[in-house]
Amino acid sequence: MSNTRNWIINLDWFTISLYGLLVFLGWINIYAAVYNEEHEQIIDLSQRYGKQLLWIGAAIVIAFIVLLIEVKFYHFFAYAIYGFIILVLILVLIFARDINGAASWIEIGSFRIQPSEFAKFATALALARLMSRFNFDIGNKRDLAKAVIVIMLPLVLIILQNDLGSALVYFSLFIVLYRKGLPGWILLLAVFFAILFIASFKVNIFSLELFVILVASILLLINSGKINELAPALAVFTFTLIISWITANLTEVNIELHYLVFIALVLSSIVYIYWIYRKKLEVALVVLSLVYASILFLFSVEYIFSKVLGTHQQNRILVLIGEKEDPRGIGYNVNQSKIAIGSGGLIGKGFLQGTQTKYKFVPEQSTDFIFCTVGEEWGFVGTTTVIILFLVLFWRILIMAERQKMEFSMYYGYAVASILFFHFVVNIGMTIGLAPVVGIPLPFFSYGGSSLWSFTVMLFIFIKLDATRQNIL
Amino acid sequence: MNEYANRYYVVLILMLSVGLIFVIRLFSIQALDNTYKKSAENNSRRTVIEFPTRGLVYSRDSALLVENLSSFDLMVIPENVQEYDTVAFMRVLSLDSAKFYTAYNKAKKRPSLPATVYKEIPDSIFTKFQEIKWMFSGFYLQTRALRYYPLKSAAHILGYIGEVNKNIVASNKYYKQGDYIGITGIEKTYEEILRGQKGKKMYSVDARNRVRGSYKNGEFDEIAISGKNIMLSIDADLQLYGEKLMGQKRGSIVAIEPSSGEILCLISSPSYNPNLLVGKNIAKNYGQLRNDKDKLLFNRAVMAQYPPGSTFKIVNALIGLEEKVITIYSHFNCSGGYHVGNFTLRCHHYSSIDFFYSIQGSCNAYYCNVFDRILRNKDYSTIGKAYTKWRDYVLQFGLGKKLGTDLAQELKGYIPEASHFDKYYGKDKWRPLMLISMAIGQGELGFSPMQMANMTAIVANRGYYYIPHLIKEIEGIDTIPSKFSQKQIINIDSSYFDDVIKGMERVLLPGGTAPNAFIEGLDICGKTGTAENPHGKDHSIFVAFAPKINPKIAVAVYLENAGYGSTYAAPLASLMVEKYLRDSISHPEWEYRLVNTTFKYKK
Ligand SMILES: [Zn+2]
Repeated sequence: MSNTRNWIINLDWFTISLYGLLVFLGWINIYAAVYNEEHEQIIDLSQRYGKQLLWIGAAIVIAFIVLLIEVKFYHFFAYAIYGFIILVLILVLIFARDINGAASWIEIGSFRIQPSEFAKFATALALARLMSRFNFDIGNKRDLAKAVIVIMLPLVLIILQNDLGSALVYFSLFIVLYRKGLPGWILLLAVFFAILFIASFKVNIFSLELFVILVASILLLINSGKINELAPALAVFTFTLIISWITANLTEVNIELHYLVFIALVLSSIVYIYWIYRKKLEVALVVLSLVYASILFLFSVEYIFSKVLGTHQQNRILVLIGEKEDPRGIGYNVNQSKIAIGSGGLIGKGFLQGTQTKYKFVPEQSTDFIFCTVGEEWGFVGTTTVIILFLVLFWRILIMAERQKMEFSMYYGYAVASILFFHFVVNIGMTIGLAPVVGIPLPFFSYGGSSLWSFTVMLFIFIKLDATRQNIL
Repeated sequence: MNEYANRYYVVLILMLSVGLIFVIRLFSIQALDNTYKKSAENNSRRTVIEFPTRGLVYSRDSALLVENLSSFDLMVIPENVQEYDTVAFMRVLSLDSAKFYTAYNKAKKRPSLPATVYKEIPDSIFTKFQEIKWMFSGFYLQTRALRYYPLKSAAHILGYIGEVNKNIVASNKYYKQGDYIGITGIEKTYEEILRGQKGKKMYSVDARNRVRGSYKNGEFDEIAISGKNIMLSIDADLQLYGEKLMGQKRGSIVAIEPSSGEILCLISSPSYNPNLLVGKNIAKNYGQLRNDKDKLLFNRAVMAQYPPGSTFKIVNALIGLEEKVITIYSHFNCSGGYHVGNFTLRCHHYSSIDFFYSIQGSCNAYYCNVFDRILRNKDYSTIGKAYTKWRDYVLQFGLGKKLGTDLAQELKGYIPEASHFDKYYGKDKWRPLMLISMAIGQGELGFSPMQMANMTAIVANRGYYYIPHLIKEIEGIDTIPSKFSQKQIINIDSSYFDDVIKGMERVLLPGGTAPNAFIEGLDICGKTGTAENPHGKDHSIFVAFAPKINPKIAVAVYLENAGYGSTYAAPLASLMVEKYLRDSISHPEWEYRLVNTTFKYKK
């Protein structure tokens, strides 16, 4: 067992120090966020900073245990852990109590844990295991499908728990697929649909349809350079649109403009498909499919939004997208959050001096909005420091991932970096009004045992993997 | 796996660029944009206005005329309200639930701000609510001071306070919506003295608007300065007695201390209980008072414009003497009136009238001649100039101009300018006969009871006055406004006043017009008057002062539609004088008759 000493020497102390520093800074800010004159003692279990100390203690123990476990175990049991957590998620869905509208907690005695937090590292393990299989080929549709299923399964289960924020985190794992060789255009396509989704609330569907068709036409022109192939279809499209519009008006049939566009599109594509068939224009076929996919996507978004969702959910989405003012709701939180951070100025108001923090203007300030306390009390200097610390951590993890000899460790490292990065982007982004308000914690900073422990487990598994990188299985 | 090694850089650059975007954004909101700092200050600071206690008002005989009562308003901060037993709540407070919900729903529009849901909770309910208020979080009681007028008297003097209107808020920085301000009377004139100075306390508050302590250790706090108490020149006993004599009769009594210009009583009748214009019922009661057929809010003492009637003969006598168109030895013949051609102004004498008797017996013919001589005075080239000179004298008496008393509603009255007649008859084409009724105080003259009381004070002083005023003392200040201590001198020789007074003294003696008002030992000098009134029976007027030497009181009494001046007004004036000088009444039967007499009023 000479390996034992070996891995201790090889532990990446730089990462561990960063982890320790972030957890410490987090606790300082939780103390400030919760602080009031009546409870000045640091160890006061009735207060969140007292409890957080307890969680940190437990996290250190957990980190030790994680480090002591053999690497083989993580590799061997990756699927089992994943399967177990999926099962728990299903059970939670069936039994857990509803807290804050999100049914995502398991209660053991007076102790509550959030399984969706632990699903993150389990999914990372399973994904890494899957992708490190020696004949795994991302270009192979079956393999790609398997990877996507591993990612989507917990995502869907967590969405069903009504915890949108935690679910969206799993999208970050596509970065791992990208590193493996997933074509960049697929990610671009995903981004395109995301933009289309948001745009569908800001612009009317009719304009979006015309925009998509215009872009497609330009793409086709650039691709073939022959206007004569496209012209008949465009003529049919315009003609049909005008005729149907006039007809609808004359007969006083109440039909929405965007359906007329769709009818015109179908008729014009019939003409165009003739050219595709004759000249074997494969690219044109792809573009045409994309146009249809976009329009059907727009229709279904519209349908789901107006017919399936209740008023409450509709409002929530509208506020998220920034289409609706809600001064005492989500919009209020963001506004107060910006006020708290903005009022910190360059160097901040000083430790425990933040009035916005002290008087609880920002809700959830020790959890999702902990960054406000940093901003108010430590100013631009503090916020920049925290951002740099996180960026250095991500960079370090990527460097470590790249130096792995085992693909399993490498992909796991990428998964860790991606998940942490996603939390970082959405959490800080929402406090400064750049990202929608979905409640997810800032790793190592936010108050809460479940999130601290799950991030600790996730990170320390990777530290262990990295420490034993010399001992190839 | 090295096939895509460069993708490491893509991922890294993605992460670093997001970090960079965040840093830029943070720089913009933390370092460049100052508005967030201001918002933070506004967020966490609440300014609470501290209202000063309004000053009290006393009478010269130390009776409390105006005091403050505390009342309690039911307040709510809607966002702090938790589920409560509505039925019990309504029962304990015995509230009108419809009213309550209207106010409560309005308050809910701004859920973090305190709002009044029920004004002036009665004391009994206050005690009950104190016991059970723990059951109703979000609701609390707030003290509010209300004015209270313990004597229920002197409404027209004291005025009332009410909420400031938008114009005041716009023009005066001191007042904010919902503040109270004096609207009429003393409350208005001495508003700045009575109100004091608002203070403010700044508190740090949390997101739920709960106070967490004083803001920056009270660095910006300002202490409220209480309003000053004032003492009025009003004699509460006299005021109450006058109000009792007047009852529901229409008219006015004004009494002045001649040597100082201090107003001893000021009665506009019928009056109303000043406590009606207090608190939550003010709007309703105000409407009722305003629409009352007796015009209750109309302060007759300073706003009514009656012709002075024969009391004006005093003024014409003095002007005639000073202008030397007559002497005290001048006699004029009265043959049942004043006759010029076909014109007759009736009188009741058939003899030659001397100067003193002209006052004692109030001879119309005598003063028609005096007025004719004044207007035909050869010292002036035209009648217009002679008239203007005469008018200047009248104005010196404070008749037909604003006196500048401390009752802001006072009107200046009316005395036509020469140009008025020029316009009517042509430049200097008019003759004394055309305005002869002014000789005996009828025609186009209109003076207030206050002006006539002041005229009487001038006679009592033998030729000067101080602007009549109500203020006597202001707490903490040695002086009253200086305009009230400046002697106003009339350009008429004081010896002529003695001559006129000799006539006035005889008015109450046998052969005078008001022997029925004589009271032994008081030396009352007076003059009756009857103001013709196109709308009904004549108004009864009496002006008087006493004693003859070193007068202590000058009084003008107006009784609308009471007929001849001596019948009612004269004994009433004498009662007032005796009440003030002796604090007792030697003729209770007069008092009885006055209190129990009513007059008929049209409409
Ligand atoms: Zn006569």
